[in-house]
Amino acid sequence: MTTLTPAPRTVRTDPPHRPGKRETPNKWRRRIPLLPALIFTVVVTQLPFVATLVISTFQWNILKPGERHFTGLSNYGFVFTDERLRTAVLNTIALTASVVILSVLLGLGLALLLDRRFPGRGLARTLLITPFLVMPVAAALLWKHAIYNPDYGLLNGTLNAVYRLFGAENGPTIDWLSNSAMPAVIVSLVWQWTPFMMLILLAGLQAQPGDVLEAARVDGASAWQTFCHITLPHLRQYIELGVLLGTIYVVQTFDAVFTITQGGPGSQTTNLPYEIYLTMFRKYEYGEAAAAGVVVVIGAIVIATFALRTIASLFREEVSR
Amino acid sequence: MSPVWAFVAWLATLAFFAPVAWMVLTSFHQESDAATNPPSLLAPFTLDQYELLLGRDITPYLLNSAMASVISTLLVLALAIPAAYALSIKPVEKWTDVMFFFLSTKFLPVIAALLPIYLIAKDAGMLDNVWTLIVLYTAMNLPIAVWMMRSFLAEVPKEILEAAEVDGAGLPTVLLRIVGPVAMPGVAATALICFIFSWNEFLFAVNLTATNASTAPVFLVGFITNEGLFLARLCAAATLVSLPVLIAGWAAQDKLVRGLSLGAVK
Repeated sequence: MTTLTPAPRTVRTDPPHRPGKRETPNKWRRRIPLLPALIFTVVVTQLPFVATLVISTFQWNILKPGERHFTGLSNYGFVFTDERLRTAVLNTIALTASVVILSVLLGLGLALLLDRRFPGRGLARTLLITPFLVMPVAAALLWKHAIYNPDYGLLNGTLNAVYRLFGAENGPTIDWLSNSAMPAVIVSLVWQWTPFMMLILLAGLQAQPGDVLEAARVDGASAWQTFCHITLPHLRQYIELGVLLGTIYVVQTFDAVFTITQGGPGSQTTNLPYEIYLTMFRKYEYGEAAAAGVVVVIGAIVIATFALRTIASLFREEVSR
Repeated sequence: MSPVWAFVAWLATLAFFAPVAWMVLTSFHQESDAATNPPSLLAPFTLDQYELLLGRDITPYLLNSAMASVISTLLVLALAIPAAYALSIKPVEKWTDVMFFFLSTKFLPVIAALLPIYLIAKDAGMLDNVWTLIVLYTAMNLPIAVWMMRSFLAEVPKEILEAAEVDGAGLPTVLLRIVGPVAMPGVAATALICFIFSWNEFLFAVNLTATNASTAPVFLVGFITNEGLFLARLCAAATLVSLPVLIAGWAAQDKLVRGLSLGAVK
């Protein structure tokens, strides 16, 4: 059974309207179980954003306590003209796009492999999802020290061993994090997110109707034709879901940047969450940090509008089932 | 599948698993064997690193992590299960709008809320307090939990519910005898996902705690610097803090997929 089967789009989401005197108390009785969760969510998640909006109109640096005052939209002027923030926006886009695209492609490849039977498939699947389960901060430290470290990291260690195999004295000593910081962060995040994409796409592959594939084989379609004309269109919704959920999480990446590079060298790997964090807790410019936060929220709303539309279409199909 | 593709599949699997295997292997070595080039794979095994960690440093952090994750997960379930009931079994009006409101809160970047939360916690004297994290983790996971629980509760067959009502069964009976058994795997899956997200959370933990309430990820941050690094101990700590989630995730792989996709994929 799958929620992703095509179904008519028209759907009644409201319960049938029942006229009568008992309607109002009944309606409230139904709402009571919902209220605690709803109120809690509004208070803890929405109020801080309102506060951020207010703070963003203040000139407020806690190192200069006497100088807090209303400044209108000037923090926004700063946000849109600041060189560092512009770099952070571009870094965020580059980081998110490459991580999501690469992990979807790799995840698709792995899902196609794991969709077939082979010896030890269950074990392979278990090992493959492990990177996603390792605590993100632990994973980031692992990449920084055990893999990228120029002196005793696994990468240079392997290079070294290969060089010695061919008779050389020693391999090169490459400082991966100074030479190519952004790719290094991207690789570690792709490693972490590929299993997530693999899991979603594997679920999609296993929900493929067997009779359609059988019919294609009987009709003499090649494996490639079957993939392009049947599997890929079927997977489309699953790919969209993976891309959207991945984007939502990867845009917010903080652990990896904080741990692996601290945004450096220079501001090469500083993304928006990390830049806002620096503005808040290193420069203590609360007004500027809040304004940057508001701009990020607006960006997120744009992404979320697409995301919600996609999820709504999946959801509608399930509801009308 | 042809042996070639099986070989490719295993090669890819091992490539992805290699960093984790490396982490675990290094954690059982002495520092002097861990930081060599090329690394010494077959150096003698030892539990020293784990003994050192558990002996003093890491235990309070693990306890804070456990407290924050377990209590917030229980709170999430207490809030999400009734809400999911009101959104699926006897849906309130405009219930899809409510669902999308919950989901939309997940799309807002946490960093944009950090400053006011920090200021409020500071004014209330709640900085460096595990309960601050518990409240935030509950809010962070509640929308996901509502979505997941709704997708599980939506599987309770409507016909059986109606039949039970016709037979005169009261709400407690319906909940215990019909909804409960169908919903239990869903409750377990939801709890698992909430636990994983809380256990791994870093942004709030690192910015809102100092000495008393810091969680396991904050302990790890002490290993950021390159100078005087204890690689083997870092690997032991990374293995130790990842272990609860690894075990839970391995044990419940199928549930994980459905949970992570908010119940949209089964």
